[in-house]
Parts: sequence; C-alpha cells; structure tokens
Amino acid sequence: MIKLQAEDFDIGAELAALTGGQHDIGGLAVFVGLVRAEAAGDGAPAAVEAMTLEHYPGMTRKMLAGIERKAQSRWPLSASLILHRYGRLVPGDRIVMAACASSHRHAAFEACQFLMDWLKTEAPFWKLEERQGEARWVEARKSDEAAQKRWEQG
Amino acid sequence: MKLLYFAWVKTRIGLAGEEVTPPAGVATVAQLMTWLAARGPGYAAAFAEPERLRAAVNQDFAGPEIAVSAGDEVAFFPPVTGG
Repeated sequence: MIKLQAEDFDIGAELAALTGGQHDIGGLAVFVGLVRAEAAGDGAPAAVEAMTLEHYPGMTRKMLAGIERKAQSRWPLSASLILHRYGRLVPGDRIVMAACASSHRHAAFEACQFLMDWLKTEAPFWKLEERQGEARWVEARKSDEAAQKRWEQG
Repeated sequence: MKLLYFAWVKTRIGLAGEEVTPPAGVATVAQLMTWLAARGPGYAAAFAEPERLRAAVNQDFAGPEIAVSAGDEVAFFPPVTGG
C-alpha cells in the first residue's frame, strides 16, 4: 500500500490497519524516519530548523508502487506499506514509514531495508532545509546511491 | 509538450511548469535541455550543469538520449533526496 500525505500519521493505527485480519504474519518490520535537527557544519551556518518536502505527485506514486512491487517479487510478503509525507516539517516530525509483514522475520527485515534504500534514490522528493531563516536545497548523497546499488548485486 | 520543474530548477526558472512547442530538431532530452537553456538567464542558470540534473519523460526517469515528442510530459529536477 502506498500513502502520500501532508498530515502526520499514527504508527500503531497504520500497522493495525495493515495487518488486521491476516493470521499468516509472523514478523512485522517497521522503519520510521524523522526530521533530524542536523547541526551546523559543512558550510551550513546553523542547525536545521525546518524542512519542506517537495515531490512530483504522479511520478512519486508510480515510483513507490514500483519499489513495493520489486520487494513483493523478491520476498514472500503478506503485507507492505510505504507512507511518505510532504510539506513543511520540523525536527522530530515523522517523515516516512516503511513496513513489511511476512511469515518469518528475515524477509520482513530485509524487505523493509530494501524499500528504504530504493526510496532514497528512486522516489522524486526534494528537501528544502531552513537554517537561521536561510533556505537551501539538500544535495543527494552518494552513500544513498551505494546503498541502493548493493541490492542489484544480490 | 508539458514541462515541469522541481526544487532549484523551478526556483531558477521561476516557473513550476509550462507548455512549450520546441522546434523540429529537438528530439531528445539533451536537445530539449540545450534549447531551453537559450530561452533566458533563469533557464541558462538552471541548465548550466546538465550533469547535476535529472529528467523524467512521462513520469519515468529518462537519460539524455531518450526521445521526446509533442504530447509528452517532461520534468527536470536535481537528483532526488527522499526518505
């Protein structure tokens, strides 16, 4: 299931809805990403005060659904969820959630990590950081690309 | 052809998107970028470093050699930073 929303989410309610009524699930792995108050440094004058997530609505949904399908074809998943927020967020806010349910834990853990690694490089989101009133677009990280590539070899 | 701009590409051009009719001879993503770069200072700034840009044609990532034609939705943006 793919969810794109500006609003915050309730982790418990999302997981209950995802797995409700399914009795073949033995493990549920969940990742929740939060906005971090990244400190000053690397040319940045102050800590992050807010972050605005912009995205490309039609393509975001399409890419996230594709990433979820890849995970489903690779692991035996009973249920999966990618929930991503957009709009202006502040440190401590929930930004993304990935959840994978399977009969055993290994598939659930691996698939959840796979979703996040692919999402970082394939989903069309951009982050505008605010530090001391100055806005700056966050650059993509090479380490994220390497994390995604690792799955292509396996 | 419908064009969409995101993140600093949008900021530099000053538009979120527009309808354009490129001349004959603009047949690929790379040729479209060259044509757009000549439309004004904002465009020149946005397309100054093509290697820092990514494109999508009809909502799929597209390299510089991918074909574009009338009726396509073409988006330009920096490398993505989700999650």
